[in-house]
Amino acid sequence: MFAAFDNFPALLIWLPLIGGLISFFIKDERSVKAWAMLSSLLTLALFAVSLLYTDDKNYILNSVSYVWLPELGSSFSLLLDGMSRILCLLTAIAFPLIFASTYSNSYKKANAFYGLMLLTQCGLMGVFLSVDALVFYFFWELALIPAYFLASQWGGEKRVQAAFKFFIYTFAGSLFLLIGIIYVYLKTPEQSFSLVSFYNVQLSAPEQMWLFWMFFVAFAIKMPIFPFHTWQPDVYEQSPTAVTMVLSGIMVKMGLFAAIRWLLPIFPDAVKHYDNVVIGLAVVGMLYASCIALVQDDLKRLIAYSSIAHIGLMAASLFTINQLSMQGALIQMFNHGVNIIGLWIVVYLIEKQTGIRKISQLGGLAQKAPTLAILLVVIALANIALPLTNAFVGEFMMFAGLYKFSAWYAAAAGLSIILAAIYTLNMVKNVFYGNLNAITAGFKDIVLHERVVLVMIVVMIFIVGVYPEPMFNMIRSASELVIGKFIK
Amino acid sequence: MPINYYIFLAVALFSIGVMGVLTRRNAIIVFMCIELMLNAVNLLLVAFSKMHHATALAVDAKTMVGAEAQLFVFFIMVVAAAEVSVGLAIIVMMYRNIHSVDINFLNRLKH
Amino acid sequence: MTKLTYLIPLFPLIGFLVNGLGRRVLPKSFSGAFGSLTILASFILSILIFMEVRVEGFTAQQIRLFSFINTASLNIPFAFQIDQLSSLFLLIITGVGFLIHVYSTAYMKEEESDHYARYFAYLNLFVFSMLLLVLGANYVIMFIGWEGVGLCSYLLIGYWFKNGDYNNAAKKAFVMNRIGDLGFLLAVFWMIGQYGTTNFSDIFPRANDTAPAVLTGITLLLFVGATGKSAQIPLYTWLPDAMAGPTPVSALIHAATMVTAGIYMIARSNILYTLAPVTPSIVAIIGLATSILAATIAIQQNDIKKVLAYSTVSQLGLMFLGLGVGAYTGAVFHVMTHAFFKALLFLGAGSVIHAMHHEQDIRNMGGLKKHLPITHLTFLIGCIAIAGIPPFSGFFSKDEILMGAFAHSPVLYFIGTFSALLTAFYMFRLYAMTFLGTFRGTHEQEHHLHESPAAITIPLVILALLAVVAGFLGIPEVFAKDAHWLQHFLAPVFADSTARQEAHAISHSTEYALMGGTVLAILVIMFYALKKFGNYARSEEPVTGFAKLLSNKWYVDEIYEAVINKPLKGLSVFFNNVIERSAIDGIVNGTGKFIQYSSRQLRWLQSGQVGSYILIMVVATVVFFIIQIFGK
Repeated sequence: MFAAFDNFPALLIWLPLIGGLISFFIKDERSVKAWAMLSSLLTLALFAVSLLYTDDKNYILNSVSYVWLPELGSSFSLLLDGMSRILCLLTAIAFPLIFASTYSNSYKKANAFYGLMLLTQCGLMGVFLSVDALVFYFFWELALIPAYFLASQWGGEKRVQAAFKFFIYTFAGSLFLLIGIIYVYLKTPEQSFSLVSFYNVQLSAPEQMWLFWMFFVAFAIKMPIFPFHTWQPDVYEQSPTAVTMVLSGIMVKMGLFAAIRWLLPIFPDAVKHYDNVVIGLAVVGMLYASCIALVQDDLKRLIAYSSIAHIGLMAASLFTINQLSMQGALIQMFNHGVNIIGLWIVVYLIEKQTGIRKISQLGGLAQKAPTLAILLVVIALANIALPLTNAFVGEFMMFAGLYKFSAWYAAAAGLSIILAAIYTLNMVKNVFYGNLNAITAGFKDIVLHERVVLVMIVVMIFIVGVYPEPMFNMIRSASELVIGKFIK
Repeated sequence: MPINYYIFLAVALFSIGVMGVLTRRNAIIVFMCIELMLNAVNLLLVAFSKMHHATALAVDAKTMVGAEAQLFVFFIMVVAAAEVSVGLAIIVMMYRNIHSVDINFLNRLKH
Repeated sequence: MTKLTYLIPLFPLIGFLVNGLGRRVLPKSFSGAFGSLTILASFILSILIFMEVRVEGFTAQQIRLFSFINTASLNIPFAFQIDQLSSLFLLIITGVGFLIHVYSTAYMKEEESDHYARYFAYLNLFVFSMLLLVLGANYVIMFIGWEGVGLCSYLLIGYWFKNGDYNNAAKKAFVMNRIGDLGFLLAVFWMIGQYGTTNFSDIFPRANDTAPAVLTGITLLLFVGATGKSAQIPLYTWLPDAMAGPTPVSALIHAATMVTAGIYMIARSNILYTLAPVTPSIVAIIGLATSILAATIAIQQNDIKKVLAYSTVSQLGLMFLGLGVGAYTGAVFHVMTHAFFKALLFLGAGSVIHAMHHEQDIRNMGGLKKHLPITHLTFLIGCIAIAGIPPFSGFFSKDEILMGAFAHSPVLYFIGTFSALLTAFYMFRLYAMTFLGTFRGTHEQEHHLHESPAAITIPLVILALLAVVAGFLGIPEVFAKDAHWLQHFLAPVFADSTARQEAHAISHSTEYALMGGTVLAILVIMFYALKKFGNYARSEEPVTGFAKLLSNKWYVDEIYEAVINKPLKGLSVFFNNVIERSAIDGIVNGTGKFIQYSSRQLRWLQSGQVGSYILIMVVATVVFFIIQIFGK
């Protein structure tokens, strides 16, 4: 009977797409919320089932290919391998968490909001699953467009401006990507967009050099790497928190993921040639963003800069091309997603009650909301990669890999660990400790569904932090594949 | 008669037409100038047609070379006629609406 | 028995979970008792394991629990190692830890029940982390404990979280520890690069084949970690501030156990340090410098806990001196005796503070001898022990370190002895100002003076006994041959290092002379301090000159503020306001603005006038023709 399930990857895309389209037609706000929640839970359940029936050795169950544009040499091919599995897991887990944590929030035109959210999920799944360059590009854009509308329609005062900047920024990057994809496509002997053809294409060194930048700029903007990052704090600050969670928790991983799947194996010579430039940029960006985070007063901007620093480490470790940091980065993509969504939820809960996000105006919340305080402290500690939290495993491996590449880079990047401790603890201290003031005096502790969500995040933090073995098993073959391209 | 004279005349007519279109503001005059340009082209077509036909005739008595150009002229005249009927109708409508045929008022393209 | 090792850290973890999750519902009596009992269970297990380890010929055992980080190129198991060194530390941590838990049940009585449970949860978590630290069979597990104890220290220093200063102190402790942790981490990465593993049992046998430069690098980076955790120059300033935490915490974390983690780590890695060419000298010099610096500051402090804090920094410095000169057993010995008498002193100070209703300034004390008899007696024992007066424990351990230093270089010995003399001075100054003379506090305070309850005094008495007798575990060679039990016990751990060290035999006569001279000097200093401060009267004269420099702690905090904090803040503001806003965002927005501007200019071309379009068309056509005709 499981023959019907032979295409999990396709189902993972169709389910949110259909769910999203249906949402548009549900006018009642409460029903659409429930529907979106149900749809995202179904996706999660589907993903859980797919874990049972798929494995890396047997690709029959987790790959699928439909005829799409045979004239162009493109087919609608999807693959659920270790690398995409970990990111699909993140996407599948994140959306129910986001919906549940913001369940009490009310949006105008709720049907459109939830519809667009689910369409974003569909686009993200497509990006992670597709193994055809044209399909990949299609989903890459598909994820961007609903995100643009979400950021520009429901958000802060300067939302239109911020969303426009975001759109132009990423869209400009995407165009470079498109040119690059078409060029590589024309170079493939069989005129095909498939990943395998891209991996086997023979490119001369100068071609690799400029194509590398075409792809890299697109991915670097999405990640974002210094100095392509300036869209991020503005968008995070202006978007509604649910959208910020999607953007920072999952969407920035698109850039990292795409770098692993579509950049490193296709242009190995160029990657080797420019590794110092990219890692240098990433490390400078880490320190730079950490320094800026030190002086932010807005909680959202603080987390945004902290995220830039963390992403910088992941980007740097991808380009060191060794298995240790590659696996670390893959695990960390998941962990960072979980942690930062946790942080956003806390910010959302604070803003919902007090109406402000200014660190200097808050204080003493631990007296009024001890549960929230404890959960936040755990998430904040995971954010600074304390051992036995999930981020430690990833960051330890990434730093170890970076150290193998160059001790100096690792030492410089390591300074960001110290800076991260400073700004995170400053935030905890100023928001949660100390004395109450007029704004925070009426603060109430979190209610059940918020507590459930945060507790789930904390549980995930500890499970992955203490026993990361299942995660390693998931991604082992994927990272070996990529590294294999560099060992000739 | 050498072809040069025809060319000079056609160029002169065409230039007058262009200058008319550029400088005059009355829509009807602009329209007539456009016709003038079309006819300058027609003149050239006929002249060249005759010239090529004459040279080809010396080789082959039954040749039809050059006849196509005269066909073009008919096409142009037909199109011009159609254009006139539509154009004049537009001008009439324009006069009805803004009580003027000054083309400087026709800057709706900007908006 | 060693199979059950995992239970030792598990009990405190259970205590942490129960107290942490049930803090709202558990009554105070339960959470205190449960927290203490978990440590007692670990202590009993530690004793059982110790009984097994002390048998002659016991070799180190690894207990592998599960695989933590498992990749093709790196395999880090979650594994414990039981050997003589870890077994000894287990006893110290769980033993002293248990006493301090018992003490805390009374000391923290005034807290509300959920905060009371929170306190015990943190304390249990600390013991758990500390046990991981000493049990870890590789540097990564050690690092987990290493950061874990730092976290608990942070949580407990900031336990009274309403107070902003306490929070700042907690943050300072965490950040300073993190600076050290970065060094530790880099050392671990280097080891991964060099050996491909972090297991002690794999690395140490290969130390001999490692290039000296690599060993120097690794050991120095590890030492950076140790300076953070064990409060040595330049990262020591957090420890005095850490006194913001409850006093039992200061006793457990900031005196007896956590701060000795650095010594444990270096003792564990002794073979690396023995083989590294430069590092031991640096360790010795930093240790000695810290010891002197902290001792001088302690002389001018008036907060009872601050004096003890600087004293701890100073004693830790001496331990590092011991490690630096290769007297590993001496250093570990001093860790043990120090754990007893410093915990005793802190708990005694806690008892005083308890009696004085949270008064910590010794200028407002005096004459407490008759009000707090048990506290007074045990505190005096602690002072004698730390001052190094025979036959109390401090004498033996300090003597062993100093003799090791003498064998290395007499200069180190004399500076170390000077530090020991300063110790005697400030400790007896503290004792005299607190317990002797007349009471200088308010009338109300005097009215309420009382001896502390049994839960406080019993740990004091037990620790006092230990402080008296612990020294006999390490009777030096000069007094009796082969009586140094500890050296014998720890010999397998330090065997490789001992084999590589040149034997510096000091003649017995020299040793007697040095010992006698030191003890005599200490006694003189002691009586001088007792006489000078025995009848201390408060003077309103402001301190001046050198004393002012000392009472302001050599202005180290201010220097750090000016050299590190301010520039960092300035740099961040510069990044935020100038580079981020103007430069990068300026370029990005500038691109957009340029396009808008040029579009606005080009817009005039689209006038909407048909005439102008035609004109452009004609001109363009003419230009095109001209180019066609004349261009070639």
